[in-house]
Amino acid sequence: MKFIDEYRDVELGGKLVAKIERLSTRPVRLMEFCGGHTVATMRNGIRQLLPATVEMLSGPGCPVCVTANADIDKSIALACLPDVIVTTFGDMMKVPGSYSSLQRARAEMADIRIVYSTQDALQIARDNPAKSVIFIGIGFETTAPTIAAAVLQAEQQRIENFFVLCLLKLCPPIMKVLLDLGEIKLDGIVCPGHVSAIIGSRPYEFIPRDYGVACVISGFEPLDILLSVAMLVEQVEDGKPKVEIAYRRGVKADGNRQALGLMEKVFEVSSADWRGIGIVPASGLKLRKEYERFDADQAFAIEMKPVREAKGCICGDILRGVKTPADCKLFRRVCSPENPVGPCMVSSEGACAAYYQYGVDYG
Amino acid sequence: MDETILLAHGSGSRLSHELIEKNFLPPLANPLLAKLDDSAVFNFSGRLAFTTDSYVVNPIFFPGGDIGKLAVCGTINDLAMSGATPLYLSLSFIIEEGLTLGELNRIVASINAAAEESDVKIITGDTKVVNRGSADKLFINTSGIGIIPKGIDISGANARVGDRIILSGTIGDHGIAVMSQREGLKFSVSVQSDCAPLNKLVSQMLETSSRIHCLRDPTRGGLATTLNEFARQSEVGIVIEEEQIPVHDSVRAACELLGFDPLYVANEGKLVAVVACDDAEKVLAKMKQNHYGYNASIIGKVTDEHKGRVIMKTRMGASRIVDMLSGELLPRIC
Repeated sequence: MKFIDEYRDVELGGKLVAKIERLSTRPVRLMEFCGGHTVATMRNGIRQLLPATVEMLSGPGCPVCVTANADIDKSIALACLPDVIVTTFGDMMKVPGSYSSLQRARAEMADIRIVYSTQDALQIARDNPAKSVIFIGIGFETTAPTIAAAVLQAEQQRIENFFVLCLLKLCPPIMKVLLDLGEIKLDGIVCPGHVSAIIGSRPYEFIPRDYGVACVISGFEPLDILLSVAMLVEQVEDGKPKVEIAYRRGVKADGNRQALGLMEKVFEVSSADWRGIGIVPASGLKLRKEYERFDADQAFAIEMKPVREAKGCICGDILRGVKTPADCKLFRRVCSPENPVGPCMVSSEGACAAYYQYGVDYG
Repeated sequence: MDETILLAHGSGSRLSHELIEKNFLPPLANPLLAKLDDSAVFNFSGRLAFTTDSYVVNPIFFPGGDIGKLAVCGTINDLAMSGATPLYLSLSFIIEEGLTLGELNRIVASINAAAEESDVKIITGDTKVVNRGSADKLFINTSGIGIIPKGIDISGANARVGDRIILSGTIGDHGIAVMSQREGLKFSVSVQSDCAPLNKLVSQMLETSSRIHCLRDPTRGGLATTLNEFARQSEVGIVIEEEQIPVHDSVRAACELLGFDPLYVANEGKLVAVVACDDAEKVLAKMKQNHYGYNASIIGKVTDEHKGRVIMKTRMGASRIVDMLSGELLPRIC
């Protein structure tokens, strides 16, 4: 398949592995920030191909995984209101909140529909004018422009029954938090590809400058990841950390100005509640005052029971890279994709689900 | 406006009889069915295989087939995978009021086409009509009876170390074709469902080799789940090579887009065979001559290592575990 097979070429892969082996003289610890990178790494067995000097950790870059329990509870509470249709990306369905999940709420007759894009949610709003249609807006900078576009469309087309529960989060601020926490000593970060297609490479520049950590923006194919690891190892070996783009076919230094313009128009930076980390100032997005009437948080009054965290679940530690799924007592014994305790086991891009599915803990 | 099915069509009244006589009997005609007694009565001898399955696919029409074709092929394939020659099917319809007669006729016609192609007769049936909302347009149950020729012993527990794994063609076609039609996920894709009766392919394979140990059609849960079932039932390890598994480009593209792994996507016209090493090439060559097996490929082998597990050698030269499907396939979000 064109534009895919080129990036899975075995011969080139072998050359990149050989290059990494040649370059790498001392241990390096790298974090793949993005859940998509974790899955691609596991699915292709990339960790096995790398020399023992290169350690790879999974990061918090899975929007489902970092959604806090309180926000899951809120989504469920909204879905249980009369005359409401909740629309959501599929991965959110099974995430357990404090008391229930969207999946269970659906079985108990709440009207919850899986959509693939905000356009589908808008269409459901058009088709059901007597209902309030709420889109559960999770995601990073990748998803934010599509939600912004939907809000603008709803305004232009006077779709008055469309609402967004805005749970959007920003990547560079949370990277800063991880580095400030200092729980793990990182040499380099495999930076997210799709997020960077929107924001460009400049927002990461503080990382090499202030923390001395190497950054390479990577695509999601095996060769993309191997190339990024090679570039990171080279930077570390040279002792000259900087921000580089390995994913040149997708990312420009300035990002996507049109998408950034849409985000800027509709959203403003706000605090956000991150699972495992807590409320982080200036790490999320909320609707600007002009678009407040689309904000589900403001439009609907819901009663919330106190938030409960699952006992023994270490998703928070895993998201910060402090622990791996194999360190979790619940992993595989109690927690599985069929009976997930925490969100990292639910999302297809969660570290626990990837470890479970691709059997990394079996070596 | 199209005539529609009413609750009265299922009430046992004159309307019920008319429906059966006009819409079911003529296309499916055969002497056993035409008697319209409470049971079909026939003679039988030998080892029997008996299976049943219910079909609730949504939407009921999809690229490459419909729920009727699926209901016939699915049950025929279940019989064939036991090494049986399928002979007779039952056909039970649960119809939601409001289905159009036009839709019903199309489905009965495709049931007939699939049954004729596979030399199987529908010899008994039933029709019920339920209130709107009590079913989703149409559910079909089929049961099937087949006869197992002497000397055939096929089971998921029969895989032996050294056996080769043969896959009859591209994977994921059915799942992606159906998924492409769902609300909220509509996308245009050139792939058609592979829904097909495989009994003739199987009988050709069994004529070629007496050392076919396991056969299974990788339906829900896909190829990965079938291989895991073999590994667990036979208490052996299985190693497959990613490179050897045929996948249509359009299925790969849709999987890339939706975040699926084709190994877990459903098939309705494919089979996996575990065959003694010495006979594998011979069986493969025979399969390639059949319309439903021309893309067949030897994808791996049975080992005595990592018992109960399936390992895949990736294109990049690493290996990873291929587990069973966990939960429901959902589209990814970023």
